[in-house]
Amino acid sequence: MFLLKVNNIDVFYGDAQVLHQVSLTVREKEIITIVGVNGAGKSTLLKTIGGILKAANGEIWFMDDRIDLLPSHQIVDKGLIRIPEGRKIFPTMTVLENLELGSYLPKAKVKRSESLEKVFDLFPVLKDREKQSSGTLSGGEQQMLAIGRGLMSLPKLLMLDEPSLGLAPLLVKQIFNTVREINVQGTTILLVEQNVFNALDMAAEGYVLENGRIVLEGKSQDLLTDEYIKEAYLGV
Amino acid sequence: MTLPGIPLLLQSIVSGILIGGVYGLVAIGLTLIFGVMKIINFAHGSFMMLGMFTTYWLYVLLGIDPYLSLLLTIPLLFLFGLLVERFLIDKILDAPEHNQLLLTLGISLVIENLALFLWSPNFRTIDVSYANKATTLGPVMISFPKVVAFVFAIFLTTVLYYFLKNTDLGKAIRAASEEKEGALTVGINLKKIYYIAFGIGTACVGAAGTVAAPFFYVSPQVGGVFVITAFVVVVLGGMGNFLGALIGGLIIGLAESVGAAIIPGQLKQFIIYFIFILVLLFKPAGLFGKANA
Ligand SMILES: Nc1ncnc2c1ncn2[C@@H]1O[C@H](COP(=O)(O)OP(=O)(O)OP(=O)(O)O)[C@@H](O)[C@H]1O
Ligand SMILES: [Mg+2]
Repeated sequence: MFLLKVNNIDVFYGDAQVLHQVSLTVREKEIITIVGVNGAGKSTLLKTIGGILKAANGEIWFMDDRIDLLPSHQIVDKGLIRIPEGRKIFPTMTVLENLELGSYLPKAKVKRSESLEKVFDLFPVLKDREKQSSGTLSGGEQQMLAIGRGLMSLPKLLMLDEPSLGLAPLLVKQIFNTVREINVQGTTILLVEQNVFNALDMAAEGYVLENGRIVLEGKSQDLLTDEYIKEAYLGV
Repeated sequence: MTLPGIPLLLQSIVSGILIGGVYGLVAIGLTLIFGVMKIINFAHGSFMMLGMFTTYWLYVLLGIDPYLSLLLTIPLLFLFGLLVERFLIDKILDAPEHNQLLLTLGISLVIENLALFLWSPNFRTIDVSYANKATTLGPVMISFPKVVAFVFAIFLTTVLYYFLKNTDLGKAIRAASEEKEGALTVGINLKKIYYIAFGIGTACVGAAGTVAAPFFYVSPQVGGVFVITAFVVVVLGGMGNFLGALIGGLIIGLAESVGAAIIPGQLKQFIIYFIFILVLLFKPAGLFGKANA
């Protein structure tokens, strides 16, 4: 059963076409990764799936619903949650307020205290900093908050846009472990990364995006041993 | 320049603080709209005028007490602002700034000219019994309607502050003003937040119009008097800063009133612009920075 299906979407910024005929499938419980260099169109793809950009052509399906024409808040309500590149937390609001806003919509709000507990279990440091304004958190803590806020929205599919960006190696490892943990607990993951080795290592399948086109897709093990990937992305 | 005596000085301090509360309320509406939508609403003054006229006509035609009419002006102006945003402002949110300016300016011209046409440019006053009521405290005369206006302004500001701080909708409004993409990712419907915030901003300035009506003249162009001041207050308090707007209102009220006691005649407006220029030069982010309350 697929959870998300993107069929041949084209996306433009003004006259400039940034995505060309992109298709991908995410099945339930899987971790899928999209890798690509700066400017390949990874964030554009996630934003389009999340409904804050609109595809000029093509379709996007989430479970049984066509979602590419829906406004973003309705997509969030269905459990398709995006954790944006650069975190986009609310800097003057406290950690707790940020998390509460993750459960802004009615369905998530009902489970607010339950979800909070889960997030604090996953990231005890957020519990310690509950009352702190989130702009004063360290980069790693902000990323945890962004993920925690996403979890508060009760994701069925969690899309993460470069969660390891700008973090020290130890933290990168921790974030990847957390993503794995979230997946083990039952959430499907669509992970965008430039950290190609770690991402493929964790995912079941991968897509390689270049200049707005999917140039390669397949099982992660196959991609990891692919000569082109090794040369162009893994530097071996 | 003349040196005022102590009684005159005290009098001007009290009057300044009282009117400053009303300036604060006008400015809070403006700063809320700016903070959330990044739009400078040049129609704000005409909304205030509508608040005043609503109160005026409710009093003249139906005999409804001006303060009681708040129960009507607040929801009416909220609804009016909501509709203006939903059907007009919404269309130009992504447009260049000069287009936004033209639209809000255009809205104010239409409203004011319609008011001129319907109600003539005459200055009207509401002849309630308490319009000139005052008590004296030592050398200082304290006007009853100005005290009511001040107390109400503080009260409404407090309610709004509580709403923004403690309710989910209030938090969503703050979230939308801080980080739009973040707001979208948690499922906030920005379009809805915009018309609600615009409605609240309009209700604030409408309410300010209502409480000012018993001690101020009512005319189609009255809004301009308050709104020029409110622009200065908003910049002084930090664009988009809620509490900054209230404190800025008090400061400008004081400066204007005390200034008028020191500097003769028509020069009192000069004080406000002088402060305005000083702030722009030395503290362009406002006295209280850019942060949201
Ligand atoms: N708002 C925008 N307006 C115009 N062009 C844009 C806009 N956002 C992105 N682009 C362009 O679209 C292309 C894809 O950008 P996108 O952000 O999707 O890439 P990315 O793969 O996420 O890159 P990165 O790894 O640096 O985040 C780039 O060429 C970028 O310059
Ligand atoms: Mg990106």
